[in-house]
Amino acid sequence: MASMTFVVNILMMTFRLAVPIALASIGVSISERAGIINLGIEGIMLFGALGGVVGSYMFSSAWMGILLALVTGVVIGLLYALFVLEFEANQSVIGIGLNIIASGLTVVIVKFIWKKEGISGIVSQMSTYSIPILRNIPIIGAFFTDQSPFIPLTLFIALACSYGLWRTKIGLRLQAIGENPLAAATAGIPVARYRTGAIIVSSSLAALGGAYLSVVHSNLFVSNMVAGRGFIAIAANILGGWNPIGSLLASLLFAFAQALRFQFSSIHFPDQISQIVPYVITLLVLVGVGRKTKAPAKLGVLE
Amino acid sequence: MTKNRKYLKDAGFSLIAILLSFLLVAAIMLILGYNPVEAYGALFEGAFGSSYSLSLTLSKSVPLIFVGLAVGFALQGGLFNIGGEGQIYIGGFVAAIVGLLLPHTMPALLALPLAVLSGMAGGFLWGGAIGLIKAKLNINEVIVAIMMNYIAQLLTSYFVNGPFMAAKSMTPQTEILPQNLQLPKIIPNTQLTTSLYIALIMCVLYGFVMKRTVFGFEVKAMGNNMYAAATGGIYVARNTVLIMAFSGALAAMAGIFEVFGTYGRFIDGFSFGIGFTGIAIAFIGQSTPLGIILASLLFGSLQAGAMQMSMMAGISANIDKVIQGLVIVFIATPSIIMFAFRKRRS
Repeated sequence: MASMTFVVNILMMTFRLAVPIALASIGVSISERAGIINLGIEGIMLFGALGGVVGSYMFSSAWMGILLALVTGVVIGLLYALFVLEFEANQSVIGIGLNIIASGLTVVIVKFIWKKEGISGIVSQMSTYSIPILRNIPIIGAFFTDQSPFIPLTLFIALACSYGLWRTKIGLRLQAIGENPLAAATAGIPVARYRTGAIIVSSSLAALGGAYLSVVHSNLFVSNMVAGRGFIAIAANILGGWNPIGSLLASLLFAFAQALRFQFSSIHFPDQISQIVPYVITLLVLVGVGRKTKAPAKLGVLE
Repeated sequence: MTKNRKYLKDAGFSLIAILLSFLLVAAIMLILGYNPVEAYGALFEGAFGSSYSLSLTLSKSVPLIFVGLAVGFALQGGLFNIGGEGQIYIGGFVAAIVGLLLPHTMPALLALPLAVLSGMAGGFLWGGAIGLIKAKLNINEVIVAIMMNYIAQLLTSYFVNGPFMAAKSMTPQTEILPQNLQLPKIIPNTQLTTSLYIALIMCVLYGFVMKRTVFGFEVKAMGNNMYAAATGGIYVARNTVLIMAFSGALAAMAGIFEVFGTYGRFIDGFSFGIGFTGIAIAFIGQSTPLGIILASLLFGSLQAGAMQMSMMAGISANIDKVIQGLVIVFIATPSIIMFAFRKRRS
């Protein structure tokens, strides 16, 4: 019985740690399927985290924080689309620029609102929910007790995006654009409009993941609190084979490595080594798969 | 277009990107209720106002010159080295450990170059690996570099939190390097060390390699047109590995001389994104030695003056990152700058 509880604990921690990475990673899959690289995911998550605390602070409601984060995500997505599609900026470079802007501007805004350098005040945190009856089941009842709605939400988003990409006309067209934008345009698909949509969805999901960190997982903003999760999301997308469900599974795997570390903290397993895991795995997968990659053929190429 | 006119146009490009960024940040300051004139005044004062602030600006510029050269060299060859951050950590760490492990009786004239070259070899391999994966498997060097950055940072962090952590130290860092291995200060009681001279020498060397050697010619040919270069008999795959490796060694120098100059030891996470700033530097400097020096001075002064700006104008010192990020965004968006060009002419 005790070991079962232990397993349940690890799993629940895995789910909680996976949510922000998975949300961002699903977004990465969508935009990369449309042939758009966005290395600025890290920065967008940071803006989302800030949007979360600001909304929660202004309206004393974590849900309003989530809403503001989504709005932030949409706005940044529009800007990103404007620069990448309209002005034809170099996608990789502009993503790096976005990350640097985010790491600076979020702290500037936090100082403007809370007069503190690098940390916000405490804001309302999202409350957790328990499901009656199910919560009373022994052992697995824990999955239905005091949980955030984000775990089922993330699962739903992964399934919906996967369905959308492979079972709807919009999704299939999006993939056609990533494989061969010129052919897609010739076939009469409004390439730029589809790509703008993909960028906005991806950016919103990243912002949602960021807001999860600031108003669901915790109740404040700390400078650079995303701490590389945006890049782990990009890695999870690669490991997951550029598809939302794969991204979710890869995020769970990466989160599991982190959860093990917390659960076994008594053994003093070095922090950094377990943090390296996602990057090493991704690198090995990239090298191992090599030329047989599942990446969209025209990733990062406008036409 | 003649060569001189091309340089002028490139310089104009960079100036407009810089100007746009400063203006946009001024607008952000106004919206948030800060006084941009006061803020920029304090920034200038903090960067150039006294001999101390001037030396701070110069010392902040030195590592930027090295990374700027690193990214610029790769760009000249049509490659994007976003792995500077990782190469800085590997280079700095390897050099520090070699410096600490060498017998203390060894003369500095021998020990220092040995440590520096070991660190550069570390960066050479760390960067070369990216090039090798790109050349052999045609995998986007940007993604590989990002993974390598995190691996390098976390690995060195593990070492200085564990096996190589200084005794009796509360912060994760190595033991201090022997005094005779630390670079002498140009101005006492500042962070400005003779690494400045090494950076300038590397600039001259960089210019020489690009202009006067066959390898430099091959690099530029690859940057102009990878396929034409291959058709013309240049070993593109081999050069891809070499360019990334040399770029890695250059970036490593930024880390090495922070360790042997500014800090005197390897400190966990000391780089704070210098590797990424190098990208801005190379783009603004149009990958030329003089351009890289000027761009490094600009960003060095931003970093040096940010504290003063924060104290005087009340705005967060992190506003310098916003300027830096915007410069990168604008320089990567030639059409915006072209638009500004046309506007001015009409």
